[in-house]
Amino acid sequence: MSEPSESTGATAVSGSNGASARGPLGETLLEMRDLQKHFPLTQGIVFKRTIGHVRAVDGVNMTLRRGETVGLVGESGCGKSTVSKLLVALEKPTGGTIRYKGTDVASMSGRALKQYRREVQIIFQDPYSSLNPRMTVGDIVAEGWSVHSDIAPRKDRLKRTQELLDRVGLNPDYVNRYPHQFSGGQRQRIGIARALALRPEVIVCDEPVSALDVSVQAQVVNLLEDLQDDFGLSYLFIAHDLSVVRHISDRVSVMYLGSIVEEGTDEQVYTTPSHPYTQALLSSVPLHEPHLRGQKDRILLQGDVPSPADPPSGCRFRTRCWKAQDICATEAPALVDRGQGHPAACHFAEARTVVPVEID
Amino acid sequence: MSQSQTDPTTRRATAGGQLLEVEDLHVEFRQRSGVVNAVNGISYSLAEGETLAILGESGSGKSVSAQAIMGILDVPPAVIQGAIRFEGRDLLAMSAEEQRQVRGPGISMIFQDALSSLNPVYSVGWQIGEMFRVHQGASRKEAKRKAVELMDRVRIPAAAKRVDDYPHQFSGGMRQRVMIAMTIALDPRILIADEPTTALDVTVQAQVMDLLKDLQRETGMGLILITHDLGVVNEVADNVAVMYAGRIVERGTVDDVFTDAGHPYTEGLMASVPQVEAKGGRLQPIVGQPPNLAAIPSGCPFHPRCAHRRLGADAAPGRECSIDVPPLRQVVPGREAACHYSEEVLGVRAV
Repeated sequence: MSEPSESTGATAVSGSNGASARGPLGETLLEMRDLQKHFPLTQGIVFKRTIGHVRAVDGVNMTLRRGETVGLVGESGCGKSTVSKLLVALEKPTGGTIRYKGTDVASMSGRALKQYRREVQIIFQDPYSSLNPRMTVGDIVAEGWSVHSDIAPRKDRLKRTQELLDRVGLNPDYVNRYPHQFSGGQRQRIGIARALALRPEVIVCDEPVSALDVSVQAQVVNLLEDLQDDFGLSYLFIAHDLSVVRHISDRVSVMYLGSIVEEGTDEQVYTTPSHPYTQALLSSVPLHEPHLRGQKDRILLQGDVPSPADPPSGCRFRTRCWKAQDICATEAPALVDRGQGHPAACHFAEARTVVPVEID
Repeated sequence: MSQSQTDPTTRRATAGGQLLEVEDLHVEFRQRSGVVNAVNGISYSLAEGETLAILGESGSGKSVSAQAIMGILDVPPAVIQGAIRFEGRDLLAMSAEEQRQVRGPGISMIFQDALSSLNPVYSVGWQIGEMFRVHQGASRKEAKRKAVELMDRVRIPAAAKRVDDYPHQFSGGMRQRVMIAMTIALDPRILIADEPTTALDVTVQAQVMDLLKDLQRETGMGLILITHDLGVVNEVADNVAVMYAGRIVERGTVDDVFTDAGHPYTEGLMASVPQVEAKGGRLQPIVGQPPNLAAIPSGCPFHPRCAHRRLGADAAPGRECSIDVPPLRQVVPGREAACHYSEEVLGVRAV
């Protein structure tokens, strides 16, 4: 490539650090294969014994390529936040692998793990509890450099912090202020500056706009898109808001009870959803246009999501599915393309349009 | 959605049978650091069977105005002025005991967070039954029987078995149903729902909104829906009042307002929200932050963030956005907006 990435930093606010400086677009960065995370359920206070497992993540396959945004949608409790913790090595997987640039993350230690943690950063949902109230904004943004001191020489740190604040749309003079002096949207910008400080390749965005007001959400979404273009970032964008995910994502994976039930480009998943759960999910999203009201199929799901400590046999969704037959209880459907053009984990996958298509 | 909502006759408020009239309501909080003006002179009315959505962001005063109607604001720190007329009688002119007797069976409210609104140490059946024991003097047995009936009515499966369960044993959607059961126990004339589905997943949100609409159809109660979700407003409400900085900035039927906004703030909200039915281009956010209620901008409170504002020589006499407060006025039949230049905003986003 034209230029080694070391010469340009995340603080190169000019935006010269394009994707091409890091590596070819479309190169596979992160690969999850049959990823599992089971949390033990224990009983007893002194003598704890394990009485079962919560299968929070149970066989997730996903790929993230350079420069793209993959959306991960699902309802609360489906395991999407556990996936984000596994990715940034805050949790160790029970089974399966995460490969980063071809290397298994579980086998990394020492310098390699440190490098991995620098290159894969995270932005959390709650901008109120994810920033230390006793640290100034400058300290929060610069904290990573005390571990990765090679990125910013000590004497440049203040200047670089201010450049980062400027880049995310905050006044650089606010470097000595504390988090409580900022609004929710501004705090989320601080969280983004903190993630950018270490010049990451991948940012895991765990519900980054869910806690924000609607008019401020759009500001943060646009900022994330601009930063992606400038720095060649790849995002794993985790959210429950289907509209935001569609807007920002190149590809979308839908998660239900610990596993991926459908994946494809945003167009494939939203206009021809093939898994019954995706169809039900999309049909529940309220539309904003009066003239589209009443034009979509409503699929009302019965009951609640089963407990991940005791998931149904076979297909996870069969207890709430209107298509369920005997085979669904005995055989878990694989996530493969059954003729809809994109993979869906359903024995009876069938493309169906549930969201009316807007004709301009 | 169901047929009745697309039927134009039910989507319009009927002139007769006004249940609630709020007139020039002001709520301020006097604090040591100054006065916070949470609600600054809002007026609206609610008819029988009508669903009125109050749309706004956090800090717009939408919840505080509802809490003033419910009488759950602590006065002294809060100062409430204006009139709140329920079936013609001004609640603010009554004694506390009279207010309680009118509101108790007449107006009820559900909150966003059902888990923190329910008492964790009493069974849900006991909490629902409390309505009948306190207000109707029912016996424990009678109250429990009625609690089971209500749980059935809000479609909690196996109600008879679950009546003795505690709140933590229910899922989020089921807890919100328990809350709804409590609020409809005494057949209220008005139900105020403050962000009832914000904490719920989208599939459960659809179930709960359907339930509320069904109950409304059965009882003819008026529903005030407080939310920031444009989609929910579009799908369930008849009329909408958009609030900003403690004022109503636009009001009309949902069809009219959502098709062609008459206030720059409403227009900005529409443009800043991505839609599920199309990928769309770049989002158009509203610049800046919502205002601090202790220091609301002069003139039109939205003018620092407004794309249509006119200052100095550009402004018409008496209509300078940073000086003159725009009144809520009728801009086209059936629609009111608080903007000096609403006519220029209308038609910008014609569909």
